[in-house]
Amino acid sequence: MPSLQTAHSTEPLIRIENLCKSYSLQDADGGTITNQVLFDINLAIYPGEFVAIMGQSGSGKSTLMNILGCLDTPTGGSYRLSDRNVATLSGNELARIRNQNIGFVFQGFNLLKRMTALDNVATPLLYAGIGREQSRKRALEQLRQTGLENFAMHHPNQLSGGQQQRVAISRALINRPPLILADEPTGNLDTQTSAEIMALFEQLNREQGITIVLITHENDIAAYAKRLIRLKDGHVVLDQTRESAS
Amino acid sequence: MNFTAIVGEALRALRQNRLRTGLTMLGMIIGVAAVVLMLSIGQGARTKINETIAEMGSNLFLVVPGATSSGGFSFGSGSVRTLTINDSYAVAELSSVRATAPVTSGTVQLNYAAKNWSTIVTGTTPDYFVVGKWKMESGTAFTESDLRSAARVAVLGSITAKNLFGDEDPAGKTVRIANRPFLVVGVLMAKGQSLTGRDQDDNVFIPITTSERQITGNQFPGSIRYMLVQGNSDDEMDLAELEITQLLRQRHRLATGKDNDFTVRNLTAIADVATNAAKIMSIVLGAIASVSLLVGGIGIMNIMLVSVTECTREIVIRMAIGANQRAILTQFLLEAVMICIMGGIIGLVLGIGGAWLVSQFADMLIVITLGMVGLAFLFSSAVGIFFGFYPAKKAAALKPVDALRYE
Repeated sequence: MPSLQTAHSTEPLIRIENLCKSYSLQDADGGTITNQVLFDINLAIYPGEFVAIMGQSGSGKSTLMNILGCLDTPTGGSYRLSDRNVATLSGNELARIRNQNIGFVFQGFNLLKRMTALDNVATPLLYAGIGREQSRKRALEQLRQTGLENFAMHHPNQLSGGQQQRVAISRALINRPPLILADEPTGNLDTQTSAEIMALFEQLNREQGITIVLITHENDIAAYAKRLIRLKDGHVVLDQTRESAS
Repeated sequence: MNFTAIVGEALRALRQNRLRTGLTMLGMIIGVAAVVLMLSIGQGARTKINETIAEMGSNLFLVVPGATSSGGFSFGSGSVRTLTINDSYAVAELSSVRATAPVTSGTVQLNYAAKNWSTIVTGTTPDYFVVGKWKMESGTAFTESDLRSAARVAVLGSITAKNLFGDEDPAGKTVRIANRPFLVVGVLMAKGQSLTGRDQDDNVFIPITTSERQITGNQFPGSIRYMLVQGNSDDEMDLAELEITQLLRQRHRLATGKDNDFTVRNLTAIADVATNAAKIMSIVLGAIASVSLLVGGIGIMNIMLVSVTECTREIVIRMAIGANQRAILTQFLLEAVMICIMGGIIGLVLGIGGAWLVSQFADMLIVITLGMVGLAFLFSSAVGIFFGFYPAKKAAALKPVDALRYE
């Protein structure tokens, strides 16, 4: 939407142009079936935005999320993150971007089961090349900010769903990334806990200016975001900014 | 991620799967223990042979009389008494020869007090003890003057001494050899078996002159059964053989074109054969043991492959939070290498323990060298890297996309 882009003076954090994604499968006869999931997506997301991407199952929202998170590569078009063309980066550089620039929050929490909450939060720092002691110190500080310092030495299976998701958010925040990608973050949580987690996202967006891209299919969760993007069958069918959102 | 952090992650994974780690390690433990045990047994056999060769004396030739034949019927080696004591003395004068010892022998009965013992009596010269590197347990060897006067003096081998005298010191006692009294002047230190398996310690030595005149008698006076010749040095063995042959041909007045009536045998060559046999034995033992190490390695690869499949989720989570391929590869490779090295150390200890047990119960010489320890170590880490690489590579090549979203 041209009107939206002119509203911002800074460069976009995420700029997607004519992005396509298709998967090739071998059928039983040895022929190739091409399944296109995303068609000519154009999108610009600016620093400090809180965006919800909605759509039904099969609308391509998870594929878009994987591409945004540098976990997958597009088959056409371009994706620039912080003005770097992601398609041209090597595996190591992508790993570094996932480590430094993006924090992931998943529906299933995706904590490392065999580690304490503290070590889970500290692991991205280890991959950033920071020593174990220093990493643990910073991880404890991060858990304190999310109100989980008393659970630092617990393993994920000793924590409630809400606590696990808070650990996951702490892990996403530990390297101070400009962007958080949340894939159905409240999908496994009850209403009360969902509200708490969403309040935490809102707070992070408001107070620290972290850009949040949220994928959900629930309207009341999407209502926390300031901007709504709706996908249908691999096309963007709606992109609107909500003035009323706080 | 720095290296110590990756080591920490690998150790954590090993600790958390103790049973799996232990069972995988077992393959390595058995493999390394088998290699160490087999190598130490092989090395022990070689050392034993080398010791025997060294004790036998170095640079030795055995000169035996030739064969004779009558009417197309060969009597075999030593069937004529062509070698004499004087031949032996003449050979000793050669520049390439250090010393010689002529030998005659026969079987006799020995008596001391109420005990008696049948053994081989060897008539020789005092040089025999020098050439054969014999050491004295007590007393001394007989002398040149004993030789000249055909004195009734005897030197006993350790087994003969033990059988006749028990714990008594035989030196200075009188023993009866073929019913004639002999003064025991010395007892030899035990040497054990020769390369051919003959016991060298069941023996009695007397001056060759005494033997010839009083004990064995002689059909052809002055002839000997064989002579031992010690060459001057390792390098001159060929020269010595040539000189001995020429001198003996000359002394025996053999015309050109006529066969030698004696044979010169280089004992070092015999020793080489024995050494080679031992070497082949240790190679074969090592090869057999290596198979178990190989099987252990394949076991590791198997388990690591299962482990990679099991940990797919963990691996892609790590990738999502910033692990690059190298960090994943290193972590899994280190897991395999650590299993191998830990298994290697335990196997080494067990192998050395097993070797010790073998040496205690089977009365075999076992030698463990630092090189073997290093080899076991090198081998086990090589197995870890070789068999750990493919699973680690597979782990690093995982794509994070598919596994992340669903439980």
